[in-house]
Amino acid sequence: MARAFTPKIVTANALIEGDVIYLTADDTWSRNHADAELITDEARAAVRLAFAEAQQDFLVGAYLADAVEGDAGPAPTHFREEFRSVGPSNYNHGKQVEQNNV
Amino acid sequence: MYKYNDFDEGFLRARTAQFRKQVERRIAGNLTEEEFRPLRLMNGLYLQLHAYMLRVAIPYGTLNSRQMDQLAYIADTWDKGYGHFTTRQNIQYNWPKLSDVPDMLDALADVQMHANQTSGNTIRNVTSDPFAGAAIDEIEDPRPVAELLRQWSTDHPEFQFLGRKFKIAVGASEADRAVLKSHDLAVNIVRNDAGETGYQILVGGGLGRTPMVGKVLNEFLPREDLLPYVEAVLSVYNLLGRRDNKYKARIKITVHENGLDTIRALVDERFAELRPTFAGGDQELLDEIRTHFQPPQFKNAPIDAFEAAYESDPVFRSWADTNLAPHKNENYAIATISLKKHGETPGDATSAQMRQLAQIAREYAHDELRISHEQNVILPHVHKSHLPAIHALLRSEGLATANIGLISDIIACPGMDYCALATARSIPVAQKIATRFDELKLEHEIGALKIKISGCINACGHHHVGHIGILGLDRAGVENYQITLGGDGTETTVIGERAGPGFAYDEIVPAIERLIHAYLELRDSEEETFLQAYRRLGMAPFKDALYPEAAKKNAA
Ligand code: SF4
Repeated sequence: MARAFTPKIVTANALIEGDVIYLTADDTWSRNHADAELITDEARAAVRLAFAEAQQDFLVGAYLADAVEGDAGPAPTHFREEFRSVGPSNYNHGKQVEQNNV
Repeated sequence: MYKYNDFDEGFLRARTAQFRKQVERRIAGNLTEEEFRPLRLMNGLYLQLHAYMLRVAIPYGTLNSRQMDQLAYIADTWDKGYGHFTTRQNIQYNWPKLSDVPDMLDALADVQMHANQTSGNTIRNVTSDPFAGAAIDEIEDPRPVAELLRQWSTDHPEFQFLGRKFKIAVGASEADRAVLKSHDLAVNIVRNDAGETGYQILVGGGLGRTPMVGKVLNEFLPREDLLPYVEAVLSVYNLLGRRDNKYKARIKITVHENGLDTIRALVDERFAELRPTFAGGDQELLDEIRTHFQPPQFKNAPIDAFEAAYESDPVFRSWADTNLAPHKNENYAIATISLKKHGETPGDATSAQMRQLAQIAREYAHDELRISHEQNVILPHVHKSHLPAIHALLRSEGLATANIGLISDIIACPGMDYCALATARSIPVAQKIATRFDELKLEHEIGALKIKISGCINACGHHHVGHIGILGLDRAGVENYQITLGGDGTETTVIGERAGPGFAYDEIVPAIERLIHAYLELRDSEEETFLQAYRRLGMAPFKDALYPEAAKKNAA
């Protein structure tokens, strides 16, 4: 039996900056994990991933990552995705400082 | 140091111009990522977790002040004002924009530097002893040979699509300061009983998933045979190495699966074919390269200033005792500058620190700097009279930490704070260990100890050869750290032994602390180092310290 589908978001890196981006429900890309579309249906996940992969000129390496509904929007479940959504732990660089300016 | 001739200069400029066009085509949508990826990797450009990363080669770890200043300029202009020095004598910029990378490569070319072959399945940056040209125990400066190999391997048409990456290191001393036995191929300059110099060739060393110690392929290779012989090794590997399984593709596996004798026979066969095609041009080139590596004009001056500071200033004395190594010239010292200030990221230097280092080298140290695989900076030639002034300049930039070879002089790879391949973080673990032992004020009492941390099985942090190795893993979605003990990355290389089950992120520092307290209890004198104690006593007492619950159960 196939494993039960767990909710996902579509994420990638922006082509120019390399920054982590998330696909939103209205077909735009956000730098903020909480803005991502939380996909709860496997067929929709495939459609959304294909939509992302077609945007080669804008991004690199789109994939589906596990997420859950959080207080402010979708939140990562795995620590890797958590780090990607925040930035490195040794300096105050990346999203943790830039988020306020987007 | 080596100066580019017109050919080198032309080659590098053509290469950066070519990459500029490739980047333009990618951004314009004329190249897919699939097409672009191998091109950017050939130019040292990775895509990491949060951004691109540009890995710049520092061939055999040698820099002059102008180059170091330029690295600072690049950090300020296109990155976030710092750089990360790696275990393979590279510097990595963690935040470049794709559209800026061609400018960065041009700025590097302006000081005869590049990012060629710092990635991809090709021959990587040739590394060497950071004490080269200064070490008391060296037969000769190994860098001309390293430069010869760099030139030979750059864009070598036969070896751009190897089964896997290929790392070469060159040494020339009894003490191995370049982790020779953990390289795919190592060239060790040796002297035979007749007093002639030649090369001992080691093959099949490597860390990563299947760690192996390099084996002697050739005990004594005549000098003029080096390039054809190395080319024969690469050529045998290129044909025989596995391409069906990425994890079995390194030459260490080829050697392991086919046996050293078979490899030797095949290399000899290929060498016989290749040798006649080398008509001596390589030897002329080597002679020419040697002229670039003449020792500096050593100063003959009193060293009273050093002795006075050593007597009167305990902070200077502690730094001198810990961070200086003997130099060929008795009035000189080799000064290692720690990039491991307690709580800082191992191997990182800010642009201000780089400029300070450049300034010191220019003013006081014959304009030479080195990067070590242990992620520190070295001033190879310092007249002792300058040391007090140098120390003061280092202090003003947070560079005077007296911890070389001690518990806080930790190698740590970027781990999951940056690296896309990581399974756990390594930097914060290093920061916490250093901070903790600084608080305990135990560092100098503990003495010589090498902790090395990797954020995944690829082992860029050399954890297998750490006296204490730490490997970060992902265990069911949680960071978990495995400890190995008894590793050694020198001429007596040993792969460390796994102590037992891993530790959670917040358990790893207490575990290391228990281990160190056990060592302090167990050692037979203050002179017995951690590694010696481990070799004398074996794993058992250290294991008991790491796993007190299990020890209690066994005792009950
Ligand atoms: S050891 Fe793993 S995590 Fe660390 S730098 Fe290498 S590949 Fe990345």
